[in-house]
Amino acid sequence: MSASNGDYFLPDPSPWPLVASVGLFTLAGGFVMLVNEVNMAPWVMLAGGLIIAFMMFGWFGIVVLESEAGKYNAHVDTSFRMGMLWFIFSEVMFFGGFFGALFYLRNLSIPWLAETDILWMGFEGGWPTAGPMGAELIAADTPISSPGQFSTIGAWGIPVWNTLILLTSSVTVTIAHWELKKNNRLGLIVWLAITVLLGFLFLYLQGFEYAHAYADLGLTLGTGVYGATFFMLTGFHGFHVTIGAIILLVILIRCIRGHFKPDHHFGFEAAAWYWHFVDTVWVGLFIFVYVV
Amino acid sequence: MSAAHTEAHDHHDHRPSGIMRWLTTTNHKDIGTMYLIFSLTMFFVGGIMALAIRAELFQPGLQVVNPELFNSLTTLHALIMIFGAIMPGFVGFANWLIPMMIGAPDMALPRMNNWSFWILPFAFAMLLGSLFTVGGGPASGWTLYAPLSVQGGAGVDMTILSIHMMGISSVLGAINIIVTIMNMRAPGMNLMKMPLFVWTWLITAFLLIAAMPVLAGAVTMLLTDRHFGTAFFDPAGGGDPVLFQHIFWFFGHPEVYILILPAFGIVSQIVPTFSRKPLFGYDSMVFATAGIAFLSFIVWAHHMFTVGMPLAGELFFMYATMLIAVPTGVKVFNWVATMWRGSITLETPMLFALAVVFLFTIGGLSGLMLAIVPADFQYHDTYFVVAHFHYVLFAGSIMSMMGATYYWLPKWTGRMYNEGLGKTHFWLTTIFFNVTFFPQHFLGLAGMPRRIPDYSVQFTEFNIISSIGAFGLGLVQLLFVYIIIQAVRGKNEKATAQVWEGADGLEWTVDSPPPYHTFESPPTVK
Repeated sequence: MSASNGDYFLPDPSPWPLVASVGLFTLAGGFVMLVNEVNMAPWVMLAGGLIIAFMMFGWFGIVVLESEAGKYNAHVDTSFRMGMLWFIFSEVMFFGGFFGALFYLRNLSIPWLAETDILWMGFEGGWPTAGPMGAELIAADTPISSPGQFSTIGAWGIPVWNTLILLTSSVTVTIAHWELKKNNRLGLIVWLAITVLLGFLFLYLQGFEYAHAYADLGLTLGTGVYGATFFMLTGFHGFHVTIGAIILLVILIRCIRGHFKPDHHFGFEAAAWYWHFVDTVWVGLFIFVYVV
Repeated sequence: MSAAHTEAHDHHDHRPSGIMRWLTTTNHKDIGTMYLIFSLTMFFVGGIMALAIRAELFQPGLQVVNPELFNSLTTLHALIMIFGAIMPGFVGFANWLIPMMIGAPDMALPRMNNWSFWILPFAFAMLLGSLFTVGGGPASGWTLYAPLSVQGGAGVDMTILSIHMMGISSVLGAINIIVTIMNMRAPGMNLMKMPLFVWTWLITAFLLIAAMPVLAGAVTMLLTDRHFGTAFFDPAGGGDPVLFQHIFWFFGHPEVYILILPAFGIVSQIVPTFSRKPLFGYDSMVFATAGIAFLSFIVWAHHMFTVGMPLAGELFFMYATMLIAVPTGVKVFNWVATMWRGSITLETPMLFALAVVFLFTIGGLSGLMLAIVPADFQYHDTYFVVAHFHYVLFAGSIMSMMGATYYWLPKWTGRMYNEGLGKTHFWLTTIFFNVTFFPQHFLGLAGMPRRIPDYSVQFTEFNIISSIGAFGLGLVQLLFVYIIIQAVRGKNEKATAQVWEGADGLEWTVDSPPPYHTFESPPTVK
C-alpha cells in the first residue's frame, strides 16, 4: 500500500520508470540505426515505441487509479501543478532555441553572408532564401516549373484557418472546463469532443499543407535554411499538437467514464494548459514564420 | 547504505528486497545513493580517459593512442565528467539532503525521481557504446561544433541521442527539485530560512530547466543537418556554423553555473559549521546566487570571442562577463567573513571547503583574464583555458563534492569516516591537482593548443609535470573509495545525530543514519 501521512503522499516502489528507460533506450537506439541505414531499425523503433506505450498505460493507469481513489490531496495537487508548469516552461525553452535560430539566421547571419563577397559572390540574401547554392525563390503559393525553384506557403490560406481553428479550440477547452466546474457532464463531454476534433482537423490541414509544399511548391526540409526552419518549427509544433490532441482524447475518454470532479480535476487542467501552450506557440509561428 | 538500519522505522514500507529495491525505489535516499554511486563510477571512467590523454601528452610525438582516439577521449572525458560525474553527483546530494533540510518526508514526485536516475545508465551505455562503432566515438570535442560534428559516423548520432536522454533526466530531476523546495517545506521553513545548499539548488534547477531544452534543440538541428538535409549550419543553404556555437553556448554558459552553484551551496554549509558561526551575509548570498544565474544567460558569447563577432557584441559580452565577478566576489567575501574570528577547526570537510574557496578563486581570476577580449585572442583554445576550467570544475565542483561526502557521510551511514585517511586524501588530492593543472597555465600562455595529441618540444617539461600530477591525482582517488567503503561497512566509530559540534540545520536533528522516510510528520521551524 502507498503510505499517506497527513499532508504527504508517498507512492509505492514502481517498476514503470525502469520500463520507461528501457523503452526510451530502445527507441533512441533504433533511431540511431535508422539514420545509419541498419535494416532492422524500424523493428527496434517499433519495439521501443510499444514498450513506451505499455509503460504509459501502466504508469498513467496507476496514477488515474490513485487519483480516483482520492489519494491526492490538495498538497499533492499543488506538486503536480507546479511540475506541469515547469515542464511547459522547459518546452517553451525548447521552442525558444528554434525561434532563436530563426531570428539569428534572418536578421544577422544571412545579411552578413550577403554582405561578404569573398565566398558567395552575387548572393543577395533576403528572406525567404534557400541560400547561395539553394533553389530560387518564386512568388508564394505558386507551383514551381523547374526543380531549381521553390515557393512558400502564404499566411492567408490554410495557415490563417489553422490559426482560427487552434484559437477556437482554446476557447472550447475553456468552456469544457467551465462545464466541468458546474458539474454539467454533458456540456463537458460535448465541448471537449469539439476541442479534440478541432485538434485533429488542424493536424489534417497541416498534413495537407505539407503534402502540397513537397509535391507542388518545391518546399522541403532540404530547401536551405528557409525549409529547415519552416519544417522544424512547424513540424515540432505539429508533433506537440499530436501529443496534445492524444492527451485531450484520453481525458475525453476519462470524462465519458465519469472521471474528474468539479473541485478535483488536475489531469483535465494539465491537458488544457498543454493545449493552451501549443496554441500560443502556434500564434508565434503564425506571426514569425508565415506573416512576417 | 541505509539498508540495514531502517527496519525499525519503516513499519508501513513494503519495499522489495535485493536488486528490485534499487530498480523500483521511490525513496529519495535510495535514489540519492544510486546517483552518488553512478557519479563516482563515471568519475573513474572519465578519469581513466583523462589518464590516457595525459599518458599521450607525457612527451611530444605520438605514443599511446592514435589521434582519432585521442579526439574521442577528450570529447568523452568532458561529456562524462560534466553529465556523468558532476551533475549526477550534485543531484545525488540534492536527493539525499533537500528533503532532510526542508523537513519533508521525501521528494515531491518520487516515481519521476526514480525515472530521472534510471535514464542515466542507459544514456551513458549509449554514449560509451559509440566508442565501439565503425568510425569510433564523437571526436569533435564536447561542444560538438558544426561542421566537424556534422561529419563522423554513427558514434556521433549515439552521442546526440544520449544527450537527449541526459537532457530528459536533468529536466525531470530539476522539476522535481523545484517542486520539492516550493511545495514540501515544513511549516515555518520560509524561503529566507532555507539552508544555502537548498537555495543554490533551487536556482540551479531553474537554470537546468531553462538551458537543457536549448541544448536538445541544438543537437536536434545537428542531427537533421547530418541526416535529413537541413542547412542550419551550412552556408551553401544559407545557414551558419556559428549559429550552432550561439545556441550551444546559450545552454553552455548556464550549464557552467549548474556545475558550480551547488558547490557554492555546499561550501556555504560547511564553512559556518567548522567556524562555529552563522553564515555571514545570508541574504546577500541568496541575491548573489540569483544574480549569477541571471548573468549566466547574457554572457554566452564570451566562449566565442575569436569567431568574428561585431565589435559591439564583443564589448557587450566582455563587460557582462566581468560583471559576474561582482556576485562571485560577494560570495568569496562572505565565506572569508564567516571564518573571521570564528573558532575554526580543520576537519577534512573544512579542508576541502577552504581549498575550494582558494582554488576556485584562482579559477575565477583566470576566468576574468579570459573575459578580456584582446587577451582572449591570445588564450583562446590554449591550455590556459584547460587550466582555468579545471580550477573551477575540479577544484570547485569535484572537491566540493568530496568535502560534502566527508561532511554528510556520517549522517548517512551512522559511522564516522577515518579522519587521518580523509586528511591524507585531501592533501594528496590538493597537491596533485595543482601539480597537474598549475603548469597548464604556463603552457597555455606560451601557446600550446588544447585538444591536440602532439606538441612542440619546448612544452615538454611542463607536460611531464602535468602528467605525473594527473597519475598521482587519479591514484589517490582509490583512497577516497576505500574511505567511503570503510564508513559504509559500519566498523568505524558511531556518529551522533549532530555529528559536528557546530552543525546547524534540520538534517542534524534526526538520527544518524536517518529513518527511511525522514520526517513522518512535518517538523516545526522557528
